[in-house]
Amino acid sequence: MDSVAQRLSAVGAGNALELRGVTRLFGALAALTDITLTVRPGERRAVLGSNGAGKTTLFNCVTGDFLPTSGTIRFFGEDVTAFPPHERIRRGLRRTYQISALFPGLSVLDNVYLACRGVSRGRFSLIRPSAKDALVYAAENLVQAVHLSAIKDQLVSELSYGQQRQLEIALALAGAPRLILFDEPAAGLSPTERAELVDILSSLPAHIGYIIIEHDMDVALRVVESVTMMHNGRIFKEGAPQEIESDPEVQELYLGGGHG
Amino acid sequence: MAVIDTHRSPATTASVEAATPGWMQRIHPAAWLVAVILLIMPLLVNDFILFQIFSWSFILGMISLSLMFLGGYGGMVSVAQMTIAGFAGYMVAIFGVSGIGAVSLGWPWWLAAPMAIVLATLFGTITGALAVRTEGIYTIMITLAIAAAFFYFVNQNYAIFNGHTGISSVATPKFWDVDWRAPVPFYYVTLGFAALSLWAVSYLARAPFGLALQGLRDNPRRMAALGFNVNAHRVAAYVFASIIASVAGILLVWSNGQISPGTVSVDAAIDILVIAVVGGMSRPIGPFIGALIYVILRTFALDFLVAVGLDGNRFRLLVGFGFLVIVFWSPDGVTGLWQRWRNRGQDSRNTAPRGGGHG
Repeated sequence: MDSVAQRLSAVGAGNALELRGVTRLFGALAALTDITLTVRPGERRAVLGSNGAGKTTLFNCVTGDFLPTSGTIRFFGEDVTAFPPHERIRRGLRRTYQISALFPGLSVLDNVYLACRGVSRGRFSLIRPSAKDALVYAAENLVQAVHLSAIKDQLVSELSYGQQRQLEIALALAGAPRLILFDEPAAGLSPTERAELVDILSSLPAHIGYIIIEHDMDVALRVVESVTMMHNGRIFKEGAPQEIESDPEVQELYLGGGHG
Repeated sequence: MAVIDTHRSPATTASVEAATPGWMQRIHPAAWLVAVILLIMPLLVNDFILFQIFSWSFILGMISLSLMFLGGYGGMVSVAQMTIAGFAGYMVAIFGVSGIGAVSLGWPWWLAAPMAIVLATLFGTITGALAVRTEGIYTIMITLAIAAAFFYFVNQNYAIFNGHTGISSVATPKFWDVDWRAPVPFYYVTLGFAALSLWAVSYLARAPFGLALQGLRDNPRRMAALGFNVNAHRVAAYVFASIIASVAGILLVWSNGQISPGTVSVDAAIDILVIAVVGGMSRPIGPFIGALIYVILRTFALDFLVAVGLDGNRFRLLVGFGFLVIVFWSPDGVTGLWQRWRNRGQDSRNTAPRGGGHG
């Protein structure tokens, strides 16, 4: 794709995300084993695999919710392996959650406003924002971008499931994201909502890369240019969507041969 | 800042303007009425009611408000708020002038009071730093342990805290030819500080700091995933709550004229929690309503019990019964409190158009 990014990665520099030998143990259970993975800036990649393959654990290690038992994680060249989550987020990493992780006691706009505030200065500000506040404006724009403007003053606890999923995405787009981790964004969405999700993902600016965990192949393979297959905590295949889809080994393991 | 912004049409300007009232707090007419009544209260009631009911309620309400700020907005139930207030009270008695010359340093009140606030806030911050690494019941346990430890310490330490006797005859401010501990001036002093802290908490709830605190209550892990330093933010909330509690603690000592270990006992610490729960943890006004109920029960329960032929010393029975009744009628009770904080505001939903337009 982007030739600058290709040249940068060819000399081994400027990778958005670089995992080397990342292993995560839960007691005796190896949730991740020796994961080595490179994502270029602006790259869009799907991580596929059956339940328990370690996909969400991989996300948790990248965001810092779990520290890897061994291995290193670099984010845009910087070693973030030991960084707490908020430090990684402030550097341009974002994530959404498989089960919506929102603030039910706050309004839609306040949720997005917090996301905008979290990645800028004044997190401890004691002064109420004015209507002309740049972050209020940014939050309004994000609410509009995910089609929730009409209900921006409603409490999140009153939102429908689909609306909460859209809000999840708005929170991840706040500030200046450089790499977003989407954890099953289409789970539980209706076909119409899925189409809308594909629209939102495809219309992201080109410099924003993402990694998406998604079981719905119709969504996943339409919005990515590369695919990583995981099984039992290991990466067992990487390639373009078409290669993965037609790979017999993949079909047997993950698609059960019946996908069509 | 936001990358996304530049890709969106400028058509949203109008909606920003329209959003303005949502960011401001509207004052209900009933609130104005209550404010007027409170201002002319000295014309309506006698000194006993002013001093023993209202001033005391305002002070206990402030201490309880500091708990409401941590619990209702931050999801952190600190039982140590009375201890922080009592610490400030002890400090103003120790640094200031009292009848116990052996322990008091004799500073003027305008030096002793700020010193007490600073030291008590420091004490509250350390308490917070210990407590924020825990969640739910463990936060209660650790703050309860601090409260109990402080009580036993002051009860046994004679060199600084004068042990079980405590510090009596604490001097109160007198200037501009006014004895500020006299019922009417003291009523206005306590009303002023109560109103100020009520306003500060309400204002902060809509400022980034307070919004983030409510975010931490709802979902600390997600707050970290939005770039917030969860522990630092929680400790900052303890700093703010400690300031309110210490001001109230100083007023409490000036009101009583003395302080003793009983002021910071575990019973007293739990009373503050009871006040906050009875009054309601979801709104800053709640603790003041709870404090008024508590003070009225405490003041008149004895007479009431004697009148119905029971032992007057059993006033706590009546307080406890009142607590049970209120908690019983609030559908989730004490055990469901956690859930209630999470669903805070359900009964106060605004009239924004219902969604459903999605997809």
